[in-house]
Amino acid sequence: MFESKAGIVFIAGIGFFALAFLSNVIVPVLMFRDLPEQKVEEVVNDQVLFQFTDLSKRYPEAFRDAFGEPTAEHCADALRLGRDVYIGEGCWHCHSQFVRPVSNESLRFGAVSETWEYQNSLQRPVMFGTRRVGPDLSREGGRHANDWHAVHFYKPQIIAPDSPMPQYPWLFDGAPDKPNKRGVALITYVQWLGSWLDSYPYYEELQSITSEGY
Amino acid sequence: MNPAAGDNLPSLDELVCVRLVRWYFLAALFFLAVSMLGGLLMALQLVHWNPLVGIELLSPGRWRMIHTNAVAYGFLANSFLGILEWAVPRLTLHPVASRKLSYFIFGAWQFVVLATAAGIVIGPTFQAQPWVADFAARWDVAGSLGAQGLEWGETPFWIDPVALLGLALVAFNHLTPIARAKGPLYVSLWYFMAAFVWTFLTYAMGNFLPEYALSGTSAGAVGGLFIHDLVGLFVTPLGWGAMYYIVPIILKRPIWSHGLSLVGFWGLAFFYPLQGIHHFLYTPIPMFLQYGAVISTIAVEFVVATVVINFIGTIWGDGRAVITNLPIRWFYTGMIYYFLTCFQCALQVTFTFQKLIHFTDWVVGHAHLVMFGVFSMWIFGFMTYLFPRLLGRPWYSRQLCEWHFWLSAISVFVMFLDLGLAGVFQGYYWASLQPWVNSVNGSQGFWMVRVFAGLMMLGGFVCFLSNLWMTYRGEPAPATAPANAAAATA
Repeated sequence: MFESKAGIVFIAGIGFFALAFLSNVIVPVLMFRDLPEQKVEEVVNDQVLFQFTDLSKRYPEAFRDAFGEPTAEHCADALRLGRDVYIGEGCWHCHSQFVRPVSNESLRFGAVSETWEYQNSLQRPVMFGTRRVGPDLSREGGRHANDWHAVHFYKPQIIAPDSPMPQYPWLFDGAPDKPNKRGVALITYVQWLGSWLDSYPYYEELQSITSEGY
Repeated sequence: MNPAAGDNLPSLDELVCVRLVRWYFLAALFFLAVSMLGGLLMALQLVHWNPLVGIELLSPGRWRMIHTNAVAYGFLANSFLGILEWAVPRLTLHPVASRKLSYFIFGAWQFVVLATAAGIVIGPTFQAQPWVADFAARWDVAGSLGAQGLEWGETPFWIDPVALLGLALVAFNHLTPIARAKGPLYVSLWYFMAAFVWTFLTYAMGNFLPEYALSGTSAGAVGGLFIHDLVGLFVTPLGWGAMYYIVPIILKRPIWSHGLSLVGFWGLAFFYPLQGIHHFLYTPIPMFLQYGAVISTIAVEFVVATVVINFIGTIWGDGRAVITNLPIRWFYTGMIYYFLTCFQCALQVTFTFQKLIHFTDWVVGHAHLVMFGVFSMWIFGFMTYLFPRLLGRPWYSRQLCEWHFWLSAISVFVMFLDLGLAGVFQGYYWASLQPWVNSVNGSQGFWMVRVFAGLMMLGGFVCFLSNLWMTYRGEPAPATAPANAAAATA
């Protein structure tokens, strides 16, 4: 068996792979079968809708061209596109989306992440992330105003001079107050992150984080 | 094989298509150059030196994905396919299933890699186009035409089936001669056979389940398994298979212990696939699964030790080969790095370490030591051995071969130490709740060192390329270099 072709292909190749698949994939799937995947329309909530409406007031022309009226349905469209921009531009390579129960992360970012938060089709594939050059974003929604995000995406160094984050001027029509469709969508997506929690975290209460340079 | 069959061995021309091996290696080197430039761009971005700011198609975010994908699918896969074309017919005494199929696979694979790159770079530009948005909404496709949100699974959705078909054809093409081989199999062939099965299954799992079927925490578990298996079940078995093939040939000695070879193969096969979740410790994935992943990770390091011991036993008594013989030096340096990176893994996988170093540059340093310090070094050694045989003439300059080795071996180690240290600093900056920008500013020095380590790496690669170019053109060896370039790679 140990040196035969069948042993290698069927036991080592398929068998051990299947064993790992069982323990690493089937088990969590079965454990979370009571948490079915939510559609994008189902995860649009009042808080993100508030931000979406706010975007339509701040950038009325750009918003009308991109999404028309700030309805829940259009908000779902914006979330879908925003998630695609988030993936396509590689945001998730430098920003994580989960708060760990260690290293004071719940003090810095907010509530520790739980499974139910990720059971929706915008987390397919899940945006946990593996690297933080910039901070975690899973509690980012509502933390900054839409204007802040617009300027920050246009040129992060305007707000944070030492930031190594790349500029994304192609999400705008020439100026930070003119986000295009992708820009509006990405801001909506970022404002959605964490918006499902009962309250936005109040980082301002943390002296060290509100100090200069943050 | 059977020595009695020695009289009617098939001729080499029937067995191996040398031209195809050459093509694979050249394609691999091209993609490595692309990947290195992508990595350099991201490194320059982090130290505020990016000269190409604000250009959509040269966005560092997109080119970081080119960096990792070009290495995995462009450089490593092409190199291994070349090595398989060279080694499998020799080990089995049968040609591949079909030479035409081999050429088709070559073309198809280059299409896969180039289309992936095009999708990653150009795809996001079209995301807001109505027809793309409609399509993405209707089919709920993550990433629309561009990258998908899983590391190394970024391959756009419209290429995934082609890549999977290509992997199936590779398996068929090479499993056919292995099936025809008689008598006991070489150890290399155990690894190659398992790799054909695993790579196909891994690719199918990672590129379809988390994108279409599973979301959230389960998708995280699959994603962790995928990025882990891609290293452990695609790159690692092909790498070790190549080592079990080439090292005994060059040293002209058998592998030290057949028993340890068995332990190494079966231990890796059993423990390696069980570890995927260790990439996502402290996530909402159930804790008992996380503990299981940690324990099997530590277990596999013992297996790794047996493999490395086996190879040290093989060279024991002939240690001077490391000095005189360049490919052997590449291989054994890579093995030392392999042991180092696996030992590091047994420590960093524990929850104690994870608290501090997860999300930091420590992990990036680890990844570079594995992918460049081990597998790329082995491939460079293989190429150093093979190119004189593929081109029919000795290396133009032994000196340039030496430069390539030393620049590569030193730079990757510097990068590993530098980023590991950076990771510790970043971990403490974060845990001590300092303003985020402090962790960024505190990393600048480390990132600067990383830029220069990367340039050093690139410098070694340029030495290799220029040496190859001069060898290809058949330039006479420079007068200053000793005339032992041929002996060095014999």
